[in-house]
Amino acid sequence: MKSHMLDYFEETVKRRGNTAAVRHHDQEITFAGLQEKAEKLGTWLLSVLEGSVNTPVAVFLPKEIPTVIADLGILYSSNFFMNLDVKTPKERIGNILELVKPSAVVTSRKYAKALADTAVPVLLIDELDWTQLSQDHDALSARRQELIDTDPFCLINTSGSTGTPKGVVLNHRSFFDFMTVSNERFGFDGSEIIGSLSPVVFDIYDFELCMLMVNGSQLVLLDAMLAAFPARLLETLRDAEVSFIFWVPSIMVNIANMGLLDKIALPSLRLVWFAGEVFPTKQFLVWYDKLPDTTFANLYGPIEITLDCTYYVVEQRPEESEPLPIGIPYHNTDVILLNDQNQKCAVGEEGELCVRGTSLAMGYYNNPEKTAAAFTQNPLNTSYPELIYRTGDMAYRREDGNIMFKGRKDSLIKHMGYRIELGEIEHVIENDLKLVKYCCAVYQYARKEIVLYYQNDAELTDKDFRTALSKAFPAYMIPAVYVRMEELPRNTNGKIDRLLLKTQANEEA
Amino acid sequence: MKEAILEMLDELRPEFDFTDSDDFVMDGLLDSFDIISLISMIEENYDVKIDGLDIVPENFSSVEAIEALIGKSKGEAT
Repeated sequence: MKSHMLDYFEETVKRRGNTAAVRHHDQEITFAGLQEKAEKLGTWLLSVLEGSVNTPVAVFLPKEIPTVIADLGILYSSNFFMNLDVKTPKERIGNILELVKPSAVVTSRKYAKALADTAVPVLLIDELDWTQLSQDHDALSARRQELIDTDPFCLINTSGSTGTPKGVVLNHRSFFDFMTVSNERFGFDGSEIIGSLSPVVFDIYDFELCMLMVNGSQLVLLDAMLAAFPARLLETLRDAEVSFIFWVPSIMVNIANMGLLDKIALPSLRLVWFAGEVFPTKQFLVWYDKLPDTTFANLYGPIEITLDCTYYVVEQRPEESEPLPIGIPYHNTDVILLNDQNQKCAVGEEGELCVRGTSLAMGYYNNPEKTAAAFTQNPLNTSYPELIYRTGDMAYRREDGNIMFKGRKDSLIKHMGYRIELGEIEHVIENDLKLVKYCCAVYQYARKEIVLYYQNDAELTDKDFRTALSKAFPAYMIPAVYVRMEELPRNTNGKIDRLLLKTQANEEA
Repeated sequence: MKEAILEMLDELRPEFDFTDSDDFVMDGLLDSFDIISLISMIEENYDVKIDGLDIVPENFSSVEAIEALIGKSKGEAT
């Protein structure tokens, strides 16, 4: 019985040892090579971490082959990895490290500078002498025997409401579950060449790692910069013979709008998954029509559920006016739509999408209050403890069983694939940076921009905002438009009328 | 036009000195979010539509390259 993702990986290595596991530009590493380096790193971590088990270890590296080695090496040491984005401002990284307190950070000399102030031990992967490191397979395996399948596989940070992200803990078993169902439904067999575009801090990247470990699929690491240069991106996919991509719609919408699929053919591309945002049907149809031999699937699931909990395989051409369904629940996952009275919604009735099953995260790391608020007792079960995750997403079930996404209960948005709590932007601007008296951030959907309305005695320039905010937030969280108002509109409770501002921002387009 | 381009860049990334770089993309002054914002700023300010095939790193490497890109896009639009 397998209780750890590496149990799968070691079987895969036996099967596919000398083939390329990961490619990046002109570099590659085989499955056997990856195991060797990951075991060496794991063995070294055993001594450096003085026997810590089941602790988070941060990785602060750009998306390159050493990142994959680091993630697997950490798993080999019987700990779990927390990937961080090297573009995240120092202050935010500091907040994360302070909350999570990882036992170490794996980075390189170049990026270590940004970690100068941390008390967490910093380990430099680029200064290891791989020929000198020992590889103690037996010690690593023996230690791993002590773990169980509900121990963490990874920790993913997601926007909170106070300037410190929430760390979502995902266990091994939830990934086994997702892989088993995906393999059955989509017939993965290890022949896939995956065009890996997601940042290492996305759960999509963790899924791609699992595809590598469980199935022996090959990862082609695509530089984040390519997202800005769609023509280059498509040429890279074509030249690398990529057969499977799992992307967020933003980039696919750009490609469709630029008409690039007419100009660059993708004959190897067999399967396209997308998730994380609503894919406008008009742009989706461009992909659907240009790539008739490719299968498309819309997946849905917040980070608190391992990867995704529903999927919709597009089997017939959708009407342009119809939004794509988020589909049906993954096998062994139950999606419950609950209305305001906490009762199950009827067909067509809108309610909050709640999930139960193995796929649920273990909770937020070092954050019992937020965990308790989001992971709650299933109100339909009064007989024994059973958790559901309340997504905060509103949805309804169609007659044909497909679930349709309607929107959010709160001010959470998805922007360029990142999940952003708009309240966090407001909180930091008002309370931490004290830039303005009051502010309200809303999302302009057509232009995909965050708009900040603010009330302040003095007017601030865009530059003032950007200069201050770039120290606190990663680029994707910085508003694009700043609007000063004499007074922000308030509703009858005296609260800032977010809905009104949101309507206003979206009408102006 | 160079002044106007520098102004756009300065607005996007006030923390960097763009006059000090030989290659904005390679030097990491513009990331993928900035490129997308810059494209929409150019399209709005100069009333042009930039061809998808022209959105390549070389055309965003310097003020001169961006100027040439705007010129090319204008030429195609008329």
